[in-house]
Amino acid sequence: MEKVLSSVVEEQQEYIINMGPQHPSTHGVLRLVLSLKGETVLNVEPHIGYIHRGIEKMCESITYPQIIHLTDRMDYLSAHINNEAVCLAVEKALDIEVPEHVKYIRTIMSELTRIQSHQLWWASFGMDLGALTCFFYGLRDREKILDIFEETCGSRMIVSYNCPGGLMYDIHPNFQKGVKEFIKYFRKILPEYNQLLTDNVIFHERSKGIGVLTREDAIAFGITGPSARASGFSCDVRKHEPYSAYDKVKFSEILYSSGDTFHRYTARIDEMWESMNIIEQLIDNIPEGPHFVKMKPIIKLPEGEYYQRVETARGELGVYIISDGNKNPYRIKFRSPNFSNLWVMNHISKGMKIADLVAISGSLDLVIPDIDR
Amino acid sequence: MDNLQLENFVRNLVPEAEIKAGKQFTEASIPAEKLHSVAKSLRDSKETWFDFLVCLTGVDFGQNLGVVYHLRSTEHLHTVVLKAMCSDRLNPSLATVSDLWICAEFLENEVFDLLGIQFENHPHPRRLFLEETDGFPLRKDFTDIINIVSK
Repeated sequence: MEKVLSSVVEEQQEYIINMGPQHPSTHGVLRLVLSLKGETVLNVEPHIGYIHRGIEKMCESITYPQIIHLTDRMDYLSAHINNEAVCLAVEKALDIEVPEHVKYIRTIMSELTRIQSHQLWWASFGMDLGALTCFFYGLRDREKILDIFEETCGSRMIVSYNCPGGLMYDIHPNFQKGVKEFIKYFRKILPEYNQLLTDNVIFHERSKGIGVLTREDAIAFGITGPSARASGFSCDVRKHEPYSAYDKVKFSEILYSSGDTFHRYTARIDEMWESMNIIEQLIDNIPEGPHFVKMKPIIKLPEGEYYQRVETARGELGVYIISDGNKNPYRIKFRSPNFSNLWVMNHISKGMKIADLVAISGSLDLVIPDIDR
Repeated sequence: MDNLQLENFVRNLVPEAEIKAGKQFTEASIPAEKLHSVAKSLRDSKETWFDFLVCLTGVDFGQNLGVVYHLRSTEHLHTVVLKAMCSDRLNPSLATVSDLWICAEFLENEVFDLLGIQFENHPHPRRLFLEETDGFPLRKDFTDIINIVSK
């Protein structure tokens, strides 16, 4: 009897539990300090900095073409889009208009990057919730995009394919054929994703109504990307401030209103369809032309401030450059989407069960090196 | 509002502000003691409605440390840049804006961590990345003989 009583008392007490930094569901070195009462989450405090490399400090002593290679290492799943952000910022500062050929290829590559990022997210999100088959399906299909990257960029993940003024080299002769084959294949495969996970009753139970984020909170916390659009906050940079060839394609911004884990999930699945639509509109119409503008050997930005934003797979990446006229930036700041998305976790997981926390953090799709930089 | 109207709006709020038309946005340098009230009226006025703090950057401007705020309105889709300088380099401090935009709480933590700017009335001041480090690496006079190789 005494033993039972003491266990009841223990359940009333608040527990502090460390989740991470090496935890299979945080996908990187993120440490969460959880306050629990029984199984209910009272407070989540993220501790970060395990992979802080000081990228912003490093950028202050290197040139702009070199910075490109560091941006790959921030959000390594949106590597191409990060490169593009810096290139666009430099081109904007120097008033350089890149050829149409470059714009089209950049857009196609960005969308391929988005698809492969969402595929990996879908794979690991399913795995977090206990559906291991997702992992095999997702990675199997992602491999096909990585092969296209390897052929054209020479690298699979950390592509560094952009450079200020254009592209490092022109596309591989097989590029268009490969992309078209992939789209044809993936249009057939994506409904299978739905059959496997989206229509699963257990998955519905674990995601509907979990971790609800309202539109007002999304704005106040600075959430962007699919996580914010699931709450009805229209923030797609591709629509609001089109860059590269996004003004030439027709696509719709995915918006949901409920803001729960389920709709953060469906927003990303729908984005993959939209990305395929965008690629299909461009792939046959790539204009002929050079793949770069001739730049000066040493790129110096005129004195001033430049802000360029792009839409990565996770939200708005902003590159803010303060230049003093030298070949390296005086100060460069990366407004990373994951940094903002992380801090909402405490707000939306209060009162949820500890198993739901895994679903919530999975649905926010965090990449830790982008938070730490 | 376009940039010119925003410029006039800010000038009406703080006549002593130094306003410069930047390449993209209106850039307004405002005195540190007026920062909070200006930010609050920019957020709450119907015409401006800056409800989204996009980016908060700490900068070492040489003589002074300062913070740059990028504000955007989700309603009107315009952007303004505010700048505030700390007067004292040894003991830099600014008013917090985390009561206006929640995300500022963490962005200000980051600025404190890397540049050492204190934010008055901040609800939870702490270092984010470099809990066991001395000094503030993004300051231009920061030296670390072990980890930074100077060329």
